[in-house]
Amino acid sequence: MSTTAAPPPVAAPESERDERVGRYAGLAAVLRRPETGALVAAIVIFCYFSFTTTAFALPAGASTWIFFSSSFAIMAVAVALLMIGGEFDLSAGAMTGTTGLITGIMMSHWHINVWVSIATSLVAALAIGLVNGLLVMKTGLPSFIVTLGTFFVLRGLNLAVVKQIIHQVSVVDFQEAPGYNSGAQLFGSKVQIDIGWLPWVKVPSTGILTIYSATWWAIGVIVIATWVLQRTRAGNWIFAVGGAQLSARQVGVPVFRTKVGLFMTTAFAGWMVGMLSLFKTTTAQSTTGVGAEFIYIICAVVGGCLLTGGYGSAVGAALGALIYGMVYQGIIYHNWDSDWQYAFLGVMLLGAVLVNNWVKTRAERVR
Amino acid sequence: MSTDVVGQGDHAVGPQLPPPGTPIIEVTDIGKTYGSVIALRNVSTQVKAGEVTCVLGDNGAGKSTFIKILAGAHTHTSGEFVVDGEKRRFSSPREALALGIATVYQDLAVVPLMPVWRNFFLGSEVTKGAGPWKRLDIARMKTITKSELAAMGIDLRDVEQPIGTLSGGERQCVAIARAVYFGARVLILDEPTAALGVRQSGVVLKYVAKARDRGLGVIFISHNPHHAYPVGDRFMLLRRGRSMGNFGKSELSLDDLVQMMAGGAELEALSHELARQMPDSEVAKNMEFDVAETLNAPADDASSEDPGS
Repeated sequence: MSTTAAPPPVAAPESERDERVGRYAGLAAVLRRPETGALVAAIVIFCYFSFTTTAFALPAGASTWIFFSSSFAIMAVAVALLMIGGEFDLSAGAMTGTTGLITGIMMSHWHINVWVSIATSLVAALAIGLVNGLLVMKTGLPSFIVTLGTFFVLRGLNLAVVKQIIHQVSVVDFQEAPGYNSGAQLFGSKVQIDIGWLPWVKVPSTGILTIYSATWWAIGVIVIATWVLQRTRAGNWIFAVGGAQLSARQVGVPVFRTKVGLFMTTAFAGWMVGMLSLFKTTTAQSTTGVGAEFIYIICAVVGGCLLTGGYGSAVGAALGALIYGMVYQGIIYHNWDSDWQYAFLGVMLLGAVLVNNWVKTRAERVR
Repeated sequence: MSTDVVGQGDHAVGPQLPPPGTPIIEVTDIGKTYGSVIALRNVSTQVKAGEVTCVLGDNGAGKSTFIKILAGAHTHTSGEFVVDGEKRRFSSPREALALGIATVYQDLAVVPLMPVWRNFFLGSEVTKGAGPWKRLDIARMKTITKSELAAMGIDLRDVEQPIGTLSGGERQCVAIARAVYFGARVLILDEPTAALGVRQSGVVLKYVAKARDRGLGVIFISHNPHHAYPVGDRFMLLRRGRSMGNFGKSELSLDDLVQMMAGGAELEALSHELARQMPDSEVAKNMEFDVAETLNAPADDASSEDPGS
């Protein structure tokens, strides 16, 4: 291309490079993995409880915390995606209750086919997610406030509507619903693996490791979420809308669609956990899930998600859930007062936030 | 320029660049009112391929209103806005983008925590595969990012580093390189040097020149005549929503430009005012000195003023 004015002399590219670029490449690469800290913490906690309690590392004991962690992991991963996208969903916990109650009541009270019941609660969950997303995006209000509202609405409905219909607050006896077994197969089944042959499992009677279907679902969720985040356009957009929404809009990222999609994903995960809990415990309570919304957020933060958005990982959030699950059960096996878990959660959260903040300042530092 | 067409061959985004000197954008007597507030009136200028049109003005002069009209963020309320000989009225930035008019905003250019290559392709990601296996073509995007940035003279060892670790100037350059790669014919740069130090500003100005040499029309918005003058081919001055005229580089020296921007007499009055109220103030003294310097530089009309009064 010919030039109209004398261009300034073009220096060789090499000399233009900031000599500090790349100096911290090795360290940065490790720090850039949000889940590093959570992985280390998970290993430490596993070792601690394995050596200080007898039941923790044995198959029967492990089965419990694996299940517990799995259902938390599903929600933590979804909430992590939302947080990376720069939003919160405080209604996520109550959502697990709402979906379980809808399906449970349809089966127990009206004896509706299990798949119809499951599909109905799915539609309801997605609708609530859509409402959350639309409210946040249309009004521009912080999602913290909007979903706090949704949370209280759901919490109220879970009690009021359920009492109105079945005159009690827990749904039971829905095993007679048409097709129940096929639904239970999908959400409430378990696989028992005999690992009594392992040398360190000394007690044969507890040598059965039970893997509930929640664990398979959780693995699926983690894999898909990681794939989406790292390898798809949607994942790129999630990071972008959380990291700098205006910049993202500027370059043509569909911000509205991405965020509403994230709220619906969280609601979808809430439905999944609602179903898993319903079919495993064969009961649903009006209070199910209330209070869990903060635990999901804590799991995501412990897993490296920034509260301010734009940074985090699905695997990290799952590790956060694993830590929470192990500690929760570990405290029980230790015969400590279970109230300690809240104190632990608080310390964990503060520690994680400090570490994350440090990572963020490093990554964002303008040289 | 041996590097100016790197990357242009392996993608077909956007329209072809017209030969240098062809007017791409022509605005005539354009104006914008917000209700009863007149933000801009009777502004005319031209943007030609391979030229840099500088829009200069102080804060509140109407610069951002003007570029928002060009970028499609606002619609004008009077006058004509012609792109490629056709009258236009944009209702969204997307329409402007489709015609190859890309805007790089000062602060809104990048997502700091994302890697350089993800930023480069954000919103226009390259994918491969189909259906559920449709995925980002990461290797390709990294290669293109690296070569495109190299073509603009930025050599990064690792395009995986978060873009926030680059300097402000480099980030602006990545944003410019991105707009160029994705088929921009007209590049609107909103105060690209405002937040930068001297050296960084120089780096950005160099890329502005590079983009121009690639044949793009560039609109360079600035309040700093010292940054605008070296790269500009044409200058349009705005003050209080009005154009103070269009000048070719040959019609105007840097000193003329500075004086016009400062508003000559107004600035002088201000410096006297400051000197009277704060006779010992360092700032006032400096300012007085500057004003005297600037006004005396043309060496004729302003020499009657006594800077020491």
